[in-house]
Amino acid sequence: MTLLITVFAAIIATVKWYNRKDDSMKLGILLWMYWGASIMWLVDAIFEYAELQAEYFTPALEDMINDSFLGLSVVALGLVIWVVRLLITDPKGSVRAALKRQSAQ
Amino acid sequence: MACFLVPVAESVVIKAVEKAEEKHEQLAESSKTGSFTIPLSRKLKWLTHMLWGGAVLLAFEHVWHGEVVPWFPFLTAMSDPADTAEMLYEMSTVGVTMALLITVVWIGMCLASDAIAKRPVKEESKAAAVGGK
Repeated sequence: MTLLITVFAAIIATVKWYNRKDDSMKLGILLWMYWGASIMWLVDAIFEYAELQAEYFTPALEDMINDSFLGLSVVALGLVIWVVRLLITDPKGSVRAALKRQSAQ
Repeated sequence: MACFLVPVAESVVIKAVEKAEEKHEQLAESSKTGSFTIPLSRKLKWLTHMLWGGAVLLAFEHVWHGEVVPWFPFLTAMSDPADTAEMLYEMSTVGVTMALLITVVWIGMCLASDAIAKRPVKEESKAAAVGGK
């Protein structure tokens, strides 16, 4: 489930990046992160499959729920890293403009 | 257990190479020709982003499973010699495969992006897009 959720996040980020009008949202970092994690979890899944064989595809409900929570948390962490980086690099100058406006008041 | 440490180590090495390449490209910029090519430093940036980004998210998974802790020695497998041996085995198998697969995917991406960059711009597709409205 973690792998599946991360792959979907990577695909959505890639489609968003492809349809971008400019590079101001810095979506690239998000898709690199999700694709990197997806590849790493794919390797993890292959090794786990080699060990468990067919049992790998029939996980217990509790494990699936836990893995889903983990997958969603991973996606959330990726988004947090992206947002923090976006605010710090401030490519549109929005943060700087807002700070200037506040100090002028 | 600590498989994410192998991609982290690779990303540190690649980052150093990327910085050196960036400097080298800045020096060589004056002798640049008009043709469009993707600089190696930019391609290396893709690899480091994939490596560190993936490793950060994977490290979070290890925290989630209690394999990484915020106190010394940070890896729970380090407290027992048998677990340490298992961790090193996992790093040498799963960790190395992760780093290798990401590098293989990156090589494929570099080849594809070079081919895309060399592709001529299709004027007729532009005209079709305008005419199709």
